[in-house]
Amino acid sequence: MPNRLIPYVKAVVHLLCLVPLALLLYRFKQDNLGADPVNTITHFTGDWTIYLLLISLAVTPVRRLHAKLSNLIRFRRMLGLYAFFYATLHLATYVFLFSGYDVPTAIAGVKAGHLGEIVTQFKLVWPTMWDDILQRRFIQVGFAAWVILLALAVTSPQFVLRAMGGKNWQRLHRLVYVAAFLGVVHFWWLVKAGVRTPWKDTAVLMLLLLARLAYTAWKRRRSSKTAARMPVSASRT
Amino acid sequence: DEALKTVASKYTVSDAQTPFAKATHYNNFYEYGTDKSDPGRNAHTLHTRPWTVQVTGMVKKPQTVNIDDLMKYRPIESRVYRHRCVEAWSMVIPWDGYSLSEFINFCQPLPSAKYVQFFSLVDKKQMPDLPGGYDWPYREGLRMDEAMNPLTLLTFGCYGNVLPNQNGAPVRIVTPWKYGFKNGKSIVRFHFTDKQPQTTWNEISSQEYGFYSNVNPNVDHPRWSQGHERRIDSSVFPKTVPTLMFNGYGDQVASMYNGMDLKKFY
Repeated sequence: MPNRLIPYVKAVVHLLCLVPLALLLYRFKQDNLGADPVNTITHFTGDWTIYLLLISLAVTPVRRLHAKLSNLIRFRRMLGLYAFFYATLHLATYVFLFSGYDVPTAIAGVKAGHLGEIVTQFKLVWPTMWDDILQRRFIQVGFAAWVILLALAVTSPQFVLRAMGGKNWQRLHRLVYVAAFLGVVHFWWLVKAGVRTPWKDTAVLMLLLLARLAYTAWKRRRSSKTAARMPVSASRT
Repeated sequence: DEALKTVASKYTVSDAQTPFAKATHYNNFYEYGTDKSDPGRNAHTLHTRPWTVQVTGMVKKPQTVNIDDLMKYRPIESRVYRHRCVEAWSMVIPWDGYSLSEFINFCQPLPSAKYVQFFSLVDKKQMPDLPGGYDWPYREGLRMDEAMNPLTLLTFGCYGNVLPNQNGAPVRIVTPWKYGFKNGKSIVRFHFTDKQPQTTWNEISSQEYGFYSNVNPNVDHPRWSQGHERRIDSSVFPKTVPTLMFNGYGDQVASMYNGMDLKKFY
């Protein structure tokens, strides 16, 4: 891809990443979120978090396929940030819609000038949420994945990378694999026994992990071969 | 839709009803797919006629009953019940049927029969998406006193019409004080026994789904807090409401569990 095209392609990728959200809002406007909209929104935002994580993880293996694809790396950060964006919507769905948080009362309070109502309502549902965090392993792994994505998001600006140093930054950002793994585990632990819906996400993640392992192994073999040849070529000069 | 001739019933709650479209397009009927929107799309392949119901086990005389005779056996009552799913959502549905106790009396179980187990239909031809990994057919069961409780409804219809396929046509069970999965759909056999029968979800994961599975806000499911529920009514966003012990039917059912530790027998 020619470099001069990148800003335009970036604009398109932004739009594409916002399409799911637009679709969700459209369905909400059309009153088409099904009988249990909280459930629909929870699954929708959760699905798109994993999809975007997988797409961002696919960037590196895909660009290795051909030299011309190498500037795909310019899109990886924004894809990762969109994954974090949908993960945050997913978490917000849990906090404000799933937990029993009384949104209408909070809104009415704010409209009447009592900003504290937001906190008052939160305090009412907080014990249930705390209970969830302590007791439910699918919530624990899901929350851990979000915390990882949060750490990656706040360290994503260029200046933070420079301040941290490339090595440290890379070490931290490898955690994205852990986040994706935890995300898939979260999915498996939440579905009922015998339900296999998460298998597609799992298969793609496994494929991406294998691609990375295969590449590392291949590079290591190549570099050890080059190392073995070194003395020969040295003697020639 | 086939309208049913129904009579009024005293077993009715006044809560706002769930719209028909929501109650018929948000179903757990895994034989037709594991997503809650699947049965509404797929269950049209179910043939509800001819249909017979077998009566087996500890009864005076095993027999086979035709569905049309079964429907005519007693006047069909219209009863509005709260329906609480273990997944922490709930509906309010007008069911049409008569007390299972009437049919059990007809079956003449032996005094030694302590439980009744019901079997749902399993037929790969009518269920092309039947998921693997489950020990079909779907089985549920009740202790005899629970089955004889007048609230336990042998159900043939909802909203004044015969049951839509996805809701368990042509005959199902509704026990409103228990989680929804206790309510076997599309029943083909009643089996009377002296031992606590196998029930599908209990067999799959006994630490998650007990035999009794009474609605109980004090006993959490490993994944869902049972303290509250999303009440699916006509509003776009269901309101979260507190879950009531025995789904609010304590007056009629609590005495059956006197002296039982409901944290142990969940």
